[in-house]
Amino acid sequence: MASPPRTMFEKIWTRHVVAEGPGGQMLLYVDRHLLHEGSTHALERLERKGRPVRRPEACVATADHYVPTAPGAGEIADPEVRRMVADLGRHTGRLGITFFGRGEPRQGIVHVIGPEQGVTQPGILLVCGDSHTATHGAFGALAFGVGSTEVEHVLATQCLWQRKPRVMRITVTGARPFGVTAKDVILSIIARIGAGGGVGHAIEYAGPVIRAMSMAERMTVCNMSIEAGARAGMVAPDETTYAYLEGRPFAPRGAMWSGALAHWRTLPSDPAAVFDREVTLDAAEIAPTVTWGTSPQDALPITGRVPDPAAMGDPARRASVERALAYMGLTPGAPLAGIPVSRVFIGSCTNSRLEDLRAAAGVARGRRATVPAWVVPGSGGVKRAAEAEGLDRVFADAGFEWREPGCSMCVGMNGDTAAAGERVASTSNRNFEGRQGQGARTHLMSPAMAAAAAVTGRLTDVRTLA
Amino acid sequence: MEPFVRLTAVAAPLDLPNIDTDRIIPARFLRRPRESGFGPLLFHDVRFDAGGGERADFVLNRPAYRGAGVLVTAENFGCGSSREMAVWALLDYGIRVVIGPGFGDIFFENCFKNGALAIVVAAETAAGLRRMLAERPGATLTVDLEAQTIAGADGPPIRFEVDAFRKHGLLTGRDELALTLEQLPAIEAFEARRRVEMPWLG
Repeated sequence: MASPPRTMFEKIWTRHVVAEGPGGQMLLYVDRHLLHEGSTHALERLERKGRPVRRPEACVATADHYVPTAPGAGEIADPEVRRMVADLGRHTGRLGITFFGRGEPRQGIVHVIGPEQGVTQPGILLVCGDSHTATHGAFGALAFGVGSTEVEHVLATQCLWQRKPRVMRITVTGARPFGVTAKDVILSIIARIGAGGGVGHAIEYAGPVIRAMSMAERMTVCNMSIEAGARAGMVAPDETTYAYLEGRPFAPRGAMWSGALAHWRTLPSDPAAVFDREVTLDAAEIAPTVTWGTSPQDALPITGRVPDPAAMGDPARRASVERALAYMGLTPGAPLAGIPVSRVFIGSCTNSRLEDLRAAAGVARGRRATVPAWVVPGSGGVKRAAEAEGLDRVFADAGFEWREPGCSMCVGMNGDTAAAGERVASTSNRNFEGRQGQGARTHLMSPAMAAAAAVTGRLTDVRTLA
Repeated sequence: MEPFVRLTAVAAPLDLPNIDTDRIIPARFLRRPRESGFGPLLFHDVRFDAGGGERADFVLNRPAYRGAGVLVTAENFGCGSSREMAVWALLDYGIRVVIGPGFGDIFFENCFKNGALAIVVAAETAAGLRRMLAERPGATLTVDLEAQTIAGADGPPIRFEVDAFRKHGLLTGRDELALTLEQLPAIEAFEARRRVEMPWLG
């Protein structure tokens, strides 16, 4: 009898079950574990307990959250931060874990360097103590963020207890109109299903629009799955995936490559596979998008207006929007295009790859930034590739600041923050209250839209600059 | 991990949906060592003003709710960042139970890993509890994990679901790592099979 049709998620999940526990909990095997400074708490607890790390060779570590990104930054000034970065170096050295520390040419944001180095591969189960780990699902991997106790557990056992999530397929049909990027697609998806719409689910992104995307674009989409509440987001691997991976330092080679490729080709969901939930979006209805509130679901086309809470029937929704608008300093009904910004941040695990920087440079070229604008490449590799193409010169000539790789102003842990009341046009993933600094106001958008905001000093429909 | 069996404590209502873990504990505090105590940092930027003074309008600053041991939340509480310090801050403040219509998946998991109980109830049930707590500031709730019930001063107890694995973990305060290491033969067998089937993964 033929086996029943299965989703890609189901195939990968089943392949990783080590043991079954009570209450539907499964012990899953973790193929690859990515670490950053935040993982140091877990490494310290293990050291204190005298427990070994089961498979140091399955781990790759980098310094990203706390490293300074100022050009030519020397010693880290804050002693606590200096210790965080140094401790990760000490632990990885002690354990023999590959570590891309400060000054290492491969150092960068954990969700940029994993794919860049070929650590991220189809069919694997990958975890990291960071909620944007879904990024790696762009390769047809099952990848999700975990807490610090789970990081410790994976280090010690190479396994994790999990309950099987439901699976949602989000199909994007049609073709992207002019000026619409992967960021606009994912912001529109989150606006549609809501910040909690994906809770308890793994998402598979499908359809011609996703299929036509580059790996960088697929990573942007998968990256923000958690902003819709989904711990994992995935795209089936295809020729685009294999072409990206072949020859990367950690990717299989020779006969190993052929064997891996044969396995990877079996991963996509079977045509008759049934999903727990199906959502469809028509790309023709997507426009360049910005957020206006303090949740990533608060996203609208740049041609739209600030929502009016008075027009909302649900009192809870009204109160929530009133609070968001008060925090954001916005007037109901005001056109989004034209809202003045204080600064611009181009970077983060969502949008700091070479293609993102090319898109921003395309808008910056021959223009001048009218507000402070930072460009923070996602990794040393991205930075060198961008410089080889002269993108750093384009940005410098346009008055943008070209910085060193790291998470920077997406999360502000390294001190790269905006001041209270400052309005930031940002290519990052979260517009939460205080995310980019106490009292800072964040508008999420694509790299091209952020560059457009930099040169006009206002939220701007990038299509009008073309 | 400290076992959790039963708790009777003042419960505080939080009506806003989508409270993210950045709001539960801002990123600038995450570098602190675990031992330093995260209680004073809980909801820091909505609980205190720029000068460090308490904001009178924040629920945990109102005398009746001060020192609450239970939070009743709205949709998607604990969404966003995976920072486990969000749970540490709740625990260190004294909150061991969060009740709501839904939680961020990673936050939910982090609760159980640290001895906190996160309870999912129907949206109307959560809204009813929040309304009751707003009308009767300082009211207590009794949460019984063994019986899987939430009881207030009146009305029948509310039954809740919790999976057997998580329930047992909380009731006994077990060391999950030790439990997993009991599965070592299964892990080793898995690894041996994987080396044959997927040798490129090492």
